[in-house]
Amino acid sequence: MNNHMKHLASQAVAGKLSRRDFLGKAAALGFTAVSANLLLSSAAKAAGPQKGGTIRLGLQGGSTTDSLDPALVTNTVGLMVTRLWGETLVELADDGGIEGKLAESYEASADARTWTFKLRQGVTYSNGQNVTTEDVVKTMERHSGEDTKSGALGIMRGIKDVRADGDSVVFELDSPNADLPYLLADYHLIIQPGGGNDDPAAAIGTGPYIMKSSDMGVRFVAEKNPNYWGDLGNADTVEIIVINDDTARVAALQSGQVDVIDRVPPRTAKLVDRAPNITVHSTSAAGHYVFIMHCNTAPFDNNDLRMALKYGINRQEMVDKILNGYGTVGNDTPINASYPMYTELEQRQFDPDKAMFHLKKSGHDGGILLRTSDNSFPGAPDASALFQQSLNSAGIKLDVKREPNDGYWSEVWNNKPFCTSYWGGRPTQDQMFTTAYLSTADWNDTRFNNEQFDQILVAARGELDVAKRTQMYADMSTILRDEGGLICPMFNDFVEATTDNVDGWVEGIPGQVLMNGYAASKLWVKA
Amino acid sequence: MSPIFKLLAQRIALSLLLLLLISVVIFAGTMVLPGDVAQSILGQSATPEALANLRAELGVNDPPVQRYFAWLFGAIQGDLGTALTSGQDISEALASRFWNTLFLAFWAAVVAVPLAIFLGLLAVRFKDRWPDKLISGVTLASISIPEFLIGYVLMYLIAVQLRWFPSVAMINDNMSLFEKLNAIALPIAVLTLVVLAHMMRMTRAAILNVMQSAYIETAELKGLNAFQVIYRHAFPNAIAPIVNVVMLNLAYLVVGVVVIEVVFVYPGMGQYLVDHVSKRDVPVVQACGLIFAAVYIGLNMIADIVAILSNPRLRHPK
Repeated sequence: MNNHMKHLASQAVAGKLSRRDFLGKAAALGFTAVSANLLLSSAAKAAGPQKGGTIRLGLQGGSTTDSLDPALVTNTVGLMVTRLWGETLVELADDGGIEGKLAESYEASADARTWTFKLRQGVTYSNGQNVTTEDVVKTMERHSGEDTKSGALGIMRGIKDVRADGDSVVFELDSPNADLPYLLADYHLIIQPGGGNDDPAAAIGTGPYIMKSSDMGVRFVAEKNPNYWGDLGNADTVEIIVINDDTARVAALQSGQVDVIDRVPPRTAKLVDRAPNITVHSTSAAGHYVFIMHCNTAPFDNNDLRMALKYGINRQEMVDKILNGYGTVGNDTPINASYPMYTELEQRQFDPDKAMFHLKKSGHDGGILLRTSDNSFPGAPDASALFQQSLNSAGIKLDVKREPNDGYWSEVWNNKPFCTSYWGGRPTQDQMFTTAYLSTADWNDTRFNNEQFDQILVAARGELDVAKRTQMYADMSTILRDEGGLICPMFNDFVEATTDNVDGWVEGIPGQVLMNGYAASKLWVKA
Repeated sequence: MSPIFKLLAQRIALSLLLLLLISVVIFAGTMVLPGDVAQSILGQSATPEALANLRAELGVNDPPVQRYFAWLFGAIQGDLGTALTSGQDISEALASRFWNTLFLAFWAAVVAVPLAIFLGLLAVRFKDRWPDKLISGVTLASISIPEFLIGYVLMYLIAVQLRWFPSVAMINDNMSLFEKLNAIALPIAVLTLVVLAHMMRMTRAAILNVMQSAYIETAELKGLNAFQVIYRHAFPNAIAPIVNVVMLNLAYLVVGVVVIEVVFVYPGMGQYLVDHVSKRDVPVVQACGLIFAAVYIGLNMIADIVAILSNPRLRHPK
């Protein structure tokens, strides 16, 4: 029986049997649709990637004001386009480790201050030029220069010097950093000819595709790079269409006009998944929705008040109602299981009694003002209303003020003492903590100033012993959870969907969109 | 010079003056917009250094009057400046967007205007009988529903269920005219439903008004049938208000369809404008504002000119 099913599945994959017929026959043999579908997809994966065809992606987030300059990429569309034509030195591997791209291999000095990346030989750009170590040095300089607008500037700060050395590039750091390869996997740091100084938006790179037409915020078309060194790129042509409207994006997928979409609205994801030719993929992620308090501003400078608010939030209710189950509960630290050196801490529960106790202890009297807006995260005003209700049951009065989307990031976030916001994940704990919780960080949006925390952070960077480092990060998360200004009720999954036209979807690295941005080149069109 | 030319010259001069005044309003309006272009471009991921660098590069600190005249003279010569965000030439980028907007508006008008006038005539012919009530009922219902909802409903029925036409109205230069029309079929249908009622009702009202006149009674007494009376005698005399409302709706088709553009992913000017407003890209917002104002004023001017030319009392003043 089972062999018969496998035979049918392989026939279906080879196109000798339609999917519908296959499912019909499977049902006749007593298989449920779910197990039959599973069998079909594993048979397809076993058949391996197929070459050729056009893969079409309908993505959210592009704007006509975007640029092809990798330094200025800020959204998913920009990331996906950059991944088509360009490559970084190293990249995150599916297991959360690091794999070489334009760098063949790398090694660190014992003190993790000097890093040497050996360049892959014989790789050419799409304009025919060879990739040189000089290009790498110039690229790094462009992203770290004083007048740069690069989104990677923050992570380039700790690098003192970059120089070419034979067929290698050497990075000298200000202080030890065991995570440098993770930093260099940042998608802004695409190696460009001459560092991209002459024409940063030329889209000349070493990627698996070559851009054929780029209409910002509208449509991008790329064709396979015939001279690509690696094995990425199954489809001959990739078409990316910007569809910012949720309903329109889902309709485009349902009507078969695109094969892949991102950001399926959690509210309708289950309905979308019910369609016979569509699969919804949910990737657990490090991105999280937050309520942030300034630890240096009254009344939030009192840790008991912060604890009262932390005990007064119902995390599971938020995951159920705001994320419709497409997410996991948070624990008032930005770190979750997506991170490499993660230790699970005791989960903080909703506890109105403890909230009331801490409120009394803080001596605070009267209401607390929370600012929110629609664009601070999807459903933020609803989440604020839920928070208001759960606090109410603990006798704490929360006033919610709705702010306009316009100017929220400049006027409210990182400016007002208590507001809603979101964070995307970072590949490592060090990056997350350095970006937002180090007392001197530009985006220290909770005004968190803890000497011990800062010390452990710096010490962990130079610590090459993984066990010790893991413990250090657990300690830091504990400090943040019990003393920080962050209320993190939930981590949001990435919810994406594909049609039956394409195959090859893998979960990918937790915390990264669309198979770490490689969906366009790793998926294949079924013949 | 004949008085009619004087009248027309006055009307055109008035339009130009109005456009100049509006250019001042647009410029002043965008000057007082709150927010900071550099912050908007870099978003949440802005560092203080990056902000300062970008602000200096954008040169947003010159005196406003100087910037207004530089901008105005540039615009008159067709140079709308460069976009702050992408550094692209605005005239170039806008040209293709504007062309797309006109393309959609043109085909929507080709469908909607004759249909509206025909339905209006039909409603007059069967005044107060069931065809009149049906036509009014359906068109008024479709104008009352928000256009995005009509868009979603048509998208679900026609694109997802029946798969007759695509839900994504993406057009590009490589497509043939037929392919383009196929792509924009759904937005045309929605726009037609949205503008139909206004024009149809105006046609009906204007013609019914004329139908009260003595010469209509004469025509009827001559023995002409109802359609001939409407077509030969009532319609030419009702043309001025009809053209007026048609022009208003054409202007709407050009400047007011941003929601439709978003829903159907149509690369027109509306989306281009909205993207740049949210990024505080002032030169682009000004350019779009100016073009939209010019379209509006121009179409209204045409409506007035048609009214003047078609009105014998204005053509031959005492």
